[in-house]
Amino acid sequence: MSEPENMPERDVMEYDYAIVGGGPAGLACAIRLKQKQPDASICLLEKGSEIGAHILSGCVMEPGPLDELMPSWRDNPPAICVPAGSDEFRLFTRTRSFRLPTPPQMHNAGNFIVALGELCKQLAEHAESLGVEVFPGFPGRHPLIDGEGAQARVIGVRCGDMGVEADGTPDGRPGPAYAPGVDIRANTTILAEGCRGSLSKQLIARFRLDRDATPQTYGLGFKELWQLPPGRTTPGLIQHSVGWPLDNATYGGSFLYHLDQDRVYVGYVVGLDYADPRFSPFEAFQQFKHHPDMLSLLEGGEIISAGARTIIEGGLQALPRMDMPGALLIGDAAGTLNVPKIKGVHQAFRSGMLAADHLAASGAPAGYDAAFRNSAAGRELHKVRNIRPGFHRGLWLGMANGALETLLGGRSPWTLKTHADWDSLELRARAPAHGEQAAMVAHWQAERSLPPRDRLASVYFANTAHEEGQPVHLRVADTSICATRCAEEYGNPCTRFCPVGVYEMVDDGEGGRRLQINASNCVHCKACDIKDPYQIIDWVTPEGGSGPNYQTL
Amino acid sequence: MKILVGIKRVIDYNVRVQVNRDGTGVVKDGVKMSINPFDEIAIEEALRMKERGDANEVLVVSIGPDAAQQQLRTALAMGADRAILYQADEEVQPLAAARALLKVVEAEDPGLVLLGKQAIDDDANQVGQMLAALWNRPQATFVSALEFSDGVAKATREVDAGLENIEVELPAVVTVDLRLNEPRFVKMPDIMKAKRKPLDIRPFAELGVELPPQLETGRHEPPPRRQGGVKVDSVEALVAALKDKGILS
Repeated sequence: MSEPENMPERDVMEYDYAIVGGGPAGLACAIRLKQKQPDASICLLEKGSEIGAHILSGCVMEPGPLDELMPSWRDNPPAICVPAGSDEFRLFTRTRSFRLPTPPQMHNAGNFIVALGELCKQLAEHAESLGVEVFPGFPGRHPLIDGEGAQARVIGVRCGDMGVEADGTPDGRPGPAYAPGVDIRANTTILAEGCRGSLSKQLIARFRLDRDATPQTYGLGFKELWQLPPGRTTPGLIQHSVGWPLDNATYGGSFLYHLDQDRVYVGYVVGLDYADPRFSPFEAFQQFKHHPDMLSLLEGGEIISAGARTIIEGGLQALPRMDMPGALLIGDAAGTLNVPKIKGVHQAFRSGMLAADHLAASGAPAGYDAAFRNSAAGRELHKVRNIRPGFHRGLWLGMANGALETLLGGRSPWTLKTHADWDSLELRARAPAHGEQAAMVAHWQAERSLPPRDRLASVYFANTAHEEGQPVHLRVADTSICATRCAEEYGNPCTRFCPVGVYEMVDDGEGGRRLQINASNCVHCKACDIKDPYQIIDWVTPEGGSGPNYQTL
Repeated sequence: MKILVGIKRVIDYNVRVQVNRDGTGVVKDGVKMSINPFDEIAIEEALRMKERGDANEVLVVSIGPDAAQQQLRTALAMGADRAILYQADEEVQPLAAARALLKVVEAEDPGLVLLGKQAIDDDANQVGQMLAALWNRPQATFVSALEFSDGVAKATREVDAGLENIEVELPAVVTVDLRLNEPRFVKMPDIMKAKRKPLDIRPFAELGVELPPQLETGRHEPPPRRQGGVKVDSVEALVAALKDKGILS
């Protein structure tokens, strides 16, 4: 990157450890590092306007690792924290639902339904009290790498510049309030960006960390917090469903967590390896909410907040190497989530704490990957490694395979492969006959009575904001494909998979169509970066503090 | 000259504010809080005055909960020299806030008090005016441009009819409007420096402003929900529909 002339100088700050990302993995790592090495200097960067602003998770948490890290959390629980009650697992059809036996991984006795964003705020306060320097509103934008080839080593990160104006070029130009991002130099850089982190993506490619892994695979999750009329909830009740409105071939399901004060979390997760390019994950979620079981619960209620985020689902076989010279990947930046349990938070805590222990003991990243794989967290992933890939052949075979794998306790002598999401779409011409999906979408849009009316109404509940006039942070390498090849082959799936309608095909004024990117609606879920079938969308960090301001999600 | 800037911790302007379940207030759980945007402009103006040499000290004062330290730290990171938090967990209404600020003014003797024209939570737009009256000094409100010479402030006010240019003798109270300036970005090294700047936390009671609430809030209610629109096929249908609703006769 060339530096513009006559510009304010770029500051350099030096630390022992730089952590990118203020989620459970990054905060656990920071706290544990301070517990082990009170004198270490630690800087934690967060792209959201404050800690927790970009956190969105189910979330039924296994408390074990947090009890170990910060036992005092139970005395001062986060704003939403409800002990798990009973579990229900249901199969939905269009008009009915059937109770199924709850898979053993999905039992939640002893767990807590929490607002993870609120918990992260408390962890950040604790980290600051231990001396960690926490910087919300400062995204890590570029990795700093020293040396070439085999000598290459991560030496820190460059924060995003502030006050850059769009001028038609990808990088824009410095505006009147321009402030260059600081270079954070660190002995060890710890990437804790969560699923599909933008620096992690660059470093995985740069150091070929995924050389021995199968392709990474993802899900897209939606979540809403509802305030319901009194008397409808059973605090602590945890309900999951599979089936309608998804067809047998599409992986996914719902969650419904009953909170206190007549509130519920309702959400939906869809595997991004779906095949029909006409499929809209957002519509599937909204249809689900209109199932008779759900409608009777939600009708008359109000949404307090809502959002969407991708989920990393590849498991152990897709896990990239977690260490590289000068840096580590922890939590879902690497992919430590346990899919059959539908839980990643306890694993994120563990991987962060383990990273801190490893760094305190050995002083360098090398060996962390092996340490993780041999740890309780790695063993947990090994045990369930074949369950998610089994759903590649549909819901019923997936459930049968899941039952078998559970019986075997992960001792099966094989490991199933994962598949990349971006090449799972069927060409439009060959797309299966379940084209009803598109017709159903139109039908449902007309019939829906519950909010939100559409994706734009939904993004309103995410409190998302991006300073207008900054360069578009969703970089499409070749927009000429959109109106020609993509329209022909897949019918522009970006206009459907984006949960907030960032991508639109509009009239170009010359009788054709062109791509319009409504970047200010972006909720930083990263679905486009993952699912785009040509892999030409690159999600980069916008100006610090941009994006959603999630409220108790 | 010392400048005193008053700031308030409020719900961030990006947040969609919702009335709570029992109508006693708004939902505050997990909601992002920020410096009132008009107050941020006041801080920026004070810093620019200091940078131009019109002032030598910027003191930031807030009345509010313990957590308002966050907003004062942000002000210090922007460049203010020191901060005082008068800690009050209960609501402090405009007249009480103005009386409290008067006490601070008497103790600190600033040459200028800069405030936001109003806070975006209650939109009262009263404290600046009340303070000027209690202090018995001139005021310039809704200011969108500000200059100084020889103990006089030349202010451009945004009024209904357009712009009004006035001169006020210092010391004075100036309340600022949106177009006065664009606040700077906070820099990371300045956040570090701000941690070492003085931030005094004092009990609100210390100011000796005992005032029963002058306003009583009955109930909070969201505005009635708008009905969805209807599409009509032709002008005739539109006219018929309007007649039907009694809008046209």
